Amino acid sequence: MELFVFVCATLMIVGGAIGVVVRGNPVHAALSLVLTLFGIAVLFVAQHAEFLAAVQVIVYAGAIVVLFLFVVMLLGVDRAEDLRTDSLSGQRGLAVVVGLGLLAVLVAAIVSGTDAIISRGNAIEGATNESADANIVQLARSVFADYVVAFEVTSVLLVVAVVGTVLLSRRRANEVRPEGGRPS
Amino acid sequence: MIAVVVQPTPMWYLLLSAFLFAIGTFGVLVRRNPLVMFMCIELMLNAVNLTFVTLGRELGSISGQTIVFFVLVVAAAEVVVGLSIIVAIMRRRAGVNADDLAELKG
Repeated sequence: MELFVFVCATLMIVGGAIGVVVRGNPVHAALSLVLTLFGIAVLFVAQHAEFLAAVQVIVYAGAIVVLFLFVVMLLGVDRAEDLRTDSLSGQRGLAVVVGLGLLAVLVAAIVSGTDAIISRGNAIEGATNESADANIVQLARSVFADYVVAFEVTSVLLVVAVVGTVLLSRRRANEVRPEGGRPS
Repeated sequence: MIAVVVQPTPMWYLLLSAFLFAIGTFGVLVRRNPLVMFMCIELMLNAVNLTFVTLGRELGSISGQTIVFFVLVVAAAEVVVGLSIIVAIMRRRAGVNADDLAELKG
């Protein structure tokens, strides 16, 4: 059963990721991103991280992708980009080399670290796999007890992000509009 | 009936997330639309999240999931600030892509 879930989620994730990279239209890329994010959420559930799966769907698929789509619509860049041309000569080839090289390095690291990962395996079975409730309780204890300072700093970060965004996107009174820009 | 049920091991999850990370890197290097490059960065963040959850499960620690929780919050803040920067750039120069932003080139 877990195998079936894993294969389906893998197909979703890889298909969506490839869609993000190869789709010319940014709207299609954002929708492919939703597919990948749902696949990741499925794998979170399969690994008994139920709370994170819910947060993943709400925050990523619900908020971040909507924000992406909003910006795409706002800027009117929802035209297909011509992906056949290579504006910087050799960029594609170099990117393929870098991507495959990175993949090779990561796979080598994972394979060489197998012993360290597997030898202690299944230790969490009794710890978090009891029920969804246990997972949330444990996560809450961890966040609000062990990592409470980081949690508070995170709230500061969010306030800074909000203020920075308002400052960045504020239109100054004497700003020149680009030619042909729509008045807004 | 052959009762061989293959269960996905943690290696499969780790290899999947390595593959996802490589796709994200490739996308950042190849695409020229700043928005799509940003989406590829999200792919890489999600690959790392999957790795954290898998290793946290294998090593018997809830800290992996706690870190993913913080990564989600920081990713949300990062997306908001990054998109507002992109909007600020695009508002001045319509239809710009990453190759056109070369003011700092000597």
